[in-house]
Amino acid sequence: MSGITVVDVSKRFNGFTALHDVSVAIPEGSLTALLGPSGSGKSTLLRVIAGLEEPEAGQVLLGGEDVTSKPARARGVGMVFQHYAAFKHMTVWDNVAFGLTVRKRPRGEIKQRVHELLELVQLEGLAKRYPAQLSGGQRQRMALARALAVEPQVLLLDEPFGALDARVRKELRAWLRRLHDEVHVTTIIVTHDQEEAMEVAGQIVLLNDGRVEQVGSPRELYESPANEFVMSFVGPVNRLGQTFVRPHDLAIALEPDVGSSEAMVERVVHLGFEVRVELVRDDGQHLLVQLTKEEAEQLELERGHIVYVRPSRETVFTP
Amino acid sequence: MARYFLRFGALGYLALLLLVPVGLVFYRAFEHGFGHAWDAVSSHQAVHALELTLLIAAIAVPANTVFGIVLALALVRTRFPGRGLVNAVVDLPLALSPVVVGLALFLLYGRGGWLGGLADHGIKILFALPGMVLATMFVSLPFVVREVVPVLREIGTDQEQAAETLGASPFQVFRRITFPAIRWAVAYGVVLTTARAIGEFGAVSVVSGRIEGKTETLPLYVQARFEAFDTPGAYAASVVLALIAIATVVGLRAFHPREETA
Repeated sequence: MSGITVVDVSKRFNGFTALHDVSVAIPEGSLTALLGPSGSGKSTLLRVIAGLEEPEAGQVLLGGEDVTSKPARARGVGMVFQHYAAFKHMTVWDNVAFGLTVRKRPRGEIKQRVHELLELVQLEGLAKRYPAQLSGGQRQRMALARALAVEPQVLLLDEPFGALDARVRKELRAWLRRLHDEVHVTTIIVTHDQEEAMEVAGQIVLLNDGRVEQVGSPRELYESPANEFVMSFVGPVNRLGQTFVRPHDLAIALEPDVGSSEAMVERVVHLGFEVRVELVRDDGQHLLVQLTKEEAEQLELERGHIVYVRPSRETVFTP
Repeated sequence: MARYFLRFGALGYLALLLLVPVGLVFYRAFEHGFGHAWDAVSSHQAVHALELTLLIAAIAVPANTVFGIVLALALVRTRFPGRGLVNAVVDLPLALSPVVVGLALFLLYGRGGWLGGLADHGIKILFALPGMVLATMFVSLPFVVREVVPVLREIGTDQEQAAETLGASPFQVFRRITFPAIRWAVAYGVVLTTARAIGEFGAVSVVSGRIEGKTETLPLYVQARFEAFDTPGAYAASVVLALIAIATVVGLRAFHPREETA
């Protein structure tokens, strides 16, 4: 096991620059998310680390060793693809065993290892099935077992849950988290979903337009965003001129107070514990407020009510 | 109603164009009894023609299969200058009349041609097996490429890249991932190549010199019998050609488990 270091990596595709001098350090044993909107370069960065794309400039170090000029097959990485990349003509067992059979490991060892892995990903009973006979979630667990079979130095997951439905996604996220606690292999997960990144990862690298915007724990990104982009990407935000306010940092009162402004309730959305209130001010400014169920019940808000809203905490970015 | 019309229309068209003429050949071949037909195709000359035809196919088909797979991989998986041109040139044998192919080879290897000097060094191309193999390879070149290219495009590179990250060498990736994915396309391409190789007349006719008992393939033999007013001989040999064709197509169907959906 070892960390990953990326130094000044640049990558261009036909005139389009996917990565501009990107440098990232990923600590050994961590679970890091590469987060960003589509086209931000996150998948490209992952593929550069895997050796599937060759950067124009820069270096990739795995465990302190410069692997920039090594082909993917010699890097000791395990990779999981968004669309599973299952070997369709092989059974689940043969898929998982693939990395070991191409390395010509002894039969007994392969048998034991595949058995362990299928147990780890809870697919013991399905070893003889073909990928087409599995659900999306099962296919992705198979792909993960296949990647782990070769005991990779690092595990790279490219939008692994992107093709799954919401419920399965949630289950697999929690499962991946537990798996990482068991296996401890340095893991990078690429995602465009900030909730997924915050739920799964210990560290987030937020990318935009081929550049790193901020690196930090989910809490750091949420509470001390480096700039406007980070602030608005990691959670909902209200923009009031030059200041930014999170929806839960707005307080609603039925009476005016110092620093509060008048607004009308446009919509109230009940999401269980959370209640979202959409307001509009006289000047046309729309505001989103998050309340707890109890707060909302006390205020008895309804469409058309006039309320007074006041920020309890705001952020200003000085350029 | 419209459905029945379509069905009968399609069947009628097939019957009129394909089944009736081929069936008639079978009928005429066996008109005077099985023994008569057998005598016609077991003559020394006919057997030699069949052997020569199979020998040419046995060289041309494997060569075009290997070349076809390599070219399909190059066209789909790599970018090189002139790729579009190569892609277009592959189809040339489909568009070009086989007689022109034969003539082109004749000009290249014939006396005074660029490679005509080979004959002086004892390497006989024209009026011999090498020329006939070259002509057959030329006309049957596109089939494997054309069958494999769309399948390669469709399977994409995900599986190959996954195999690569798992430690497979380029050859292992091909043998264990790419080839199994394209094998039915290759098989179908081989069937088409074989059918074309065995049936080829025009190009081979020009370069072979049509020396009876020496450079006469089965299609040339049929023509020769026909021209010599030996119609029973021509029909009987035609039946052999038709049976080979049917066997190739049926063979593929039997191999093929079902129409595979990728």
